[in-house]
Amino acid sequence: MNRIAVRTMVLTAALALAAPAAARAQMPAADIVKRSLDAFYAEGKDMQTRVSMSLMNAQGGERKRELTLLRKNMAAGGEQRYFMYFHAPPDVRGTTFLVWKYPGKDDDRWIYIPAIKLVRRIAASDKRSSFVGSDFTYEDVSGRDVSDETHTLLRQENLGDRPCYVIESHPVGNADYAKRTSWIDRERWVPLKEEYADARGRMTRVFTADKVEQIGGHWTVARRTMKNLTAGQHTVVLFQNVVYDQSLTDNLFTERTLREPPASVR
Amino acid sequence: MRFLIAAAAIAAAALAPAVASAAVDLGGFAQANYAIDVADPPCVDGGPCDVLLADQRVQLKAEGASEKGSSGYAAKVDLFYDSVAKRSDVEVREVFVDLTGAHASLRAGRQVVTWGVGDLLFTNDIFPKDWVAFFTGRPLEYLKIGSDAVKVDLHPKAFDAEIVLMPVFQADRYPTADKLHLPDPFPGLPRITEDKDASIENGEAALRLSRYVSDWGLSLYASRTFYRSPAMTLDSPTTPTAVLQFFPRLNTYGASATGSLLGGVASLEGALWDSGEDQSGSRYAVDNSTVKALAGYSYPLWKDATLGVQGYVEWMLDYSAYRATAPAGYPVKDEKRWTATTRITQLLRNQTVTGNLFAFWGLTEEDGLVIPSLRYAATDNVSVEVGANLFYGKANYTQFGALNEDDNVYTTLRYAF
Repeated sequence: MNRIAVRTMVLTAALALAAPAAARAQMPAADIVKRSLDAFYAEGKDMQTRVSMSLMNAQGGERKRELTLLRKNMAAGGEQRYFMYFHAPPDVRGTTFLVWKYPGKDDDRWIYIPAIKLVRRIAASDKRSSFVGSDFTYEDVSGRDVSDETHTLLRQENLGDRPCYVIESHPVGNADYAKRTSWIDRERWVPLKEEYADARGRMTRVFTADKVEQIGGHWTVARRTMKNLTAGQHTVVLFQNVVYDQSLTDNLFTERTLREPPASVR
Repeated sequence: MRFLIAAAAIAAAALAPAVASAAVDLGGFAQANYAIDVADPPCVDGGPCDVLLADQRVQLKAEGASEKGSSGYAAKVDLFYDSVAKRSDVEVREVFVDLTGAHASLRAGRQVVTWGVGDLLFTNDIFPKDWVAFFTGRPLEYLKIGSDAVKVDLHPKAFDAEIVLMPVFQADRYPTADKLHLPDPFPGLPRITEDKDASIENGEAALRLSRYVSDWGLSLYASRTFYRSPAMTLDSPTTPTAVLQFFPRLNTYGASATGSLLGGVASLEGALWDSGEDQSGSRYAVDNSTVKALAGYSYPLWKDATLGVQGYVEWMLDYSAYRATAPAGYPVKDEKRWTATTRITQLLRNQTVTGNLFAFWGLTEEDGLVIPSLRYAATDNVSVEVGANLFYGKANYTQFGALNEDDNVYTTLRYAF
């Protein structure tokens, strides 16, 4: 094989690799973010997982939260339902939590407190408050709308061995951050890293997807970490026993299930 | 009661093979709970002194369900030592079996039922409550007393229905002179309290229908029950030898609505308390029929902080008949009794610290109760709470004014497992 032939082959291969990337590069930043939000928060028709959260404070103390999470995407664009059953810690065991999430308006949220058999509606306008005391916010758990932020594609680069889009996003309304920089996997579409910065440009929180697995044909972040740099603490979250597309029924996401959680989640 | 336990035992035996195949979920807690009266009250024979509560207990919980979830059971049993009464005992808080189908479920046994949308204001929740526990700083779950009941839930498409049948009357644990410092309108007279037997005519039933309209939760309620705090009358108006306490018939009809509004949660609830034994309003001892209504709103203030406010009114019907029959020299209630409540909750330190300030403000009766509390979850298992119940009132015959000498600070230490 002569040198020219080799050179042609290399060039052809390079072009073949580069062409789709070039085509993707023209994808508007908002579309990339939309696709990433769908991949991260809305894969499959529905999903069930056992979530283990480990909250590590600055003093090295650890708190654990164990819950079963069900999620269903409703037919209407972007509407979702979440159901959570807490296994631990002991004083919240049996507590259930239901979220009806709507694009463009506040969620409906209900909590059931088993000790007094009470279902209570809770205010949901503060999406940036902490989820069960962790470094993740409600919004980090159930997602945001693409229109909640403006997006700019900064560049493409590898993060480790994964090719990524690097996107800068700024919240449209009031938020506890001024800028979010995300590294979105160009092929799997899940975010691999997110850096949150305040108005002075100081980094406040860093999200990393530590383990990404393909489960039932869906790329899934099986282990994630949120570092809170301001407080010097972090939270590690594991998604275990992930199952997609079980055809979860609407009945699982009702007040009845809050009071009578099915055996499959307990 | 015996009937219920027998029924529950038979049901449990029938379910045992199905349930045994699934894992049993065990848990519970050990807890020490103390309340000290800080109003410096006089000590009375047969009544409390400065220690209102000194309670040590272990709660054991067990629950299980069959693999398919069509049957299950739960039990919650407390073993306690009460250092004030110097007695130990076993308290069966809850024990029930469940049968669950696609469109119906049944729960039989001792169970807690909570209805309504009010925050510590109950207009349609006619189920038994322990007000002594509430006023002496015991954890909120002890405000509710289990009912020995059969509960049927029906889930046809259009709405959910809940029917609760309670064959055995259970009174509230209302404030009594052996537990709290109370003014005595009939000094020296013994109390004789009605003991309702488990006959058909003493049975109680309650019904709730609920559904969602858009994202508003709407409910209708009805019950045939009894007042759970006693009416009082003298055995003889001229030469009394005893105070007779009895629980008159009560029928209630009500409705509630709750939903999101302007970033917060709005709640509305109302009920007619139809006094079955005082239809004309002319029996002073028995409460007149009354309309009870509340409107509430809770709103997130800032990070991990929530504000809740409620307005509440009790509107006595047949007021002129009440006025006409009120004996001379007895305190007379207003036709409308207005109350407001406020709640501020702030979570701190990764939500391990909960600061809470709840207050009842008796606008009509010029009385109230302020409950500040601070809870710290030191670990996932250990929590400690300190708080206070501070009563005030112009007159000693109003709801909170009567408890003026019961201001207390309390503490709860709990290890959950």
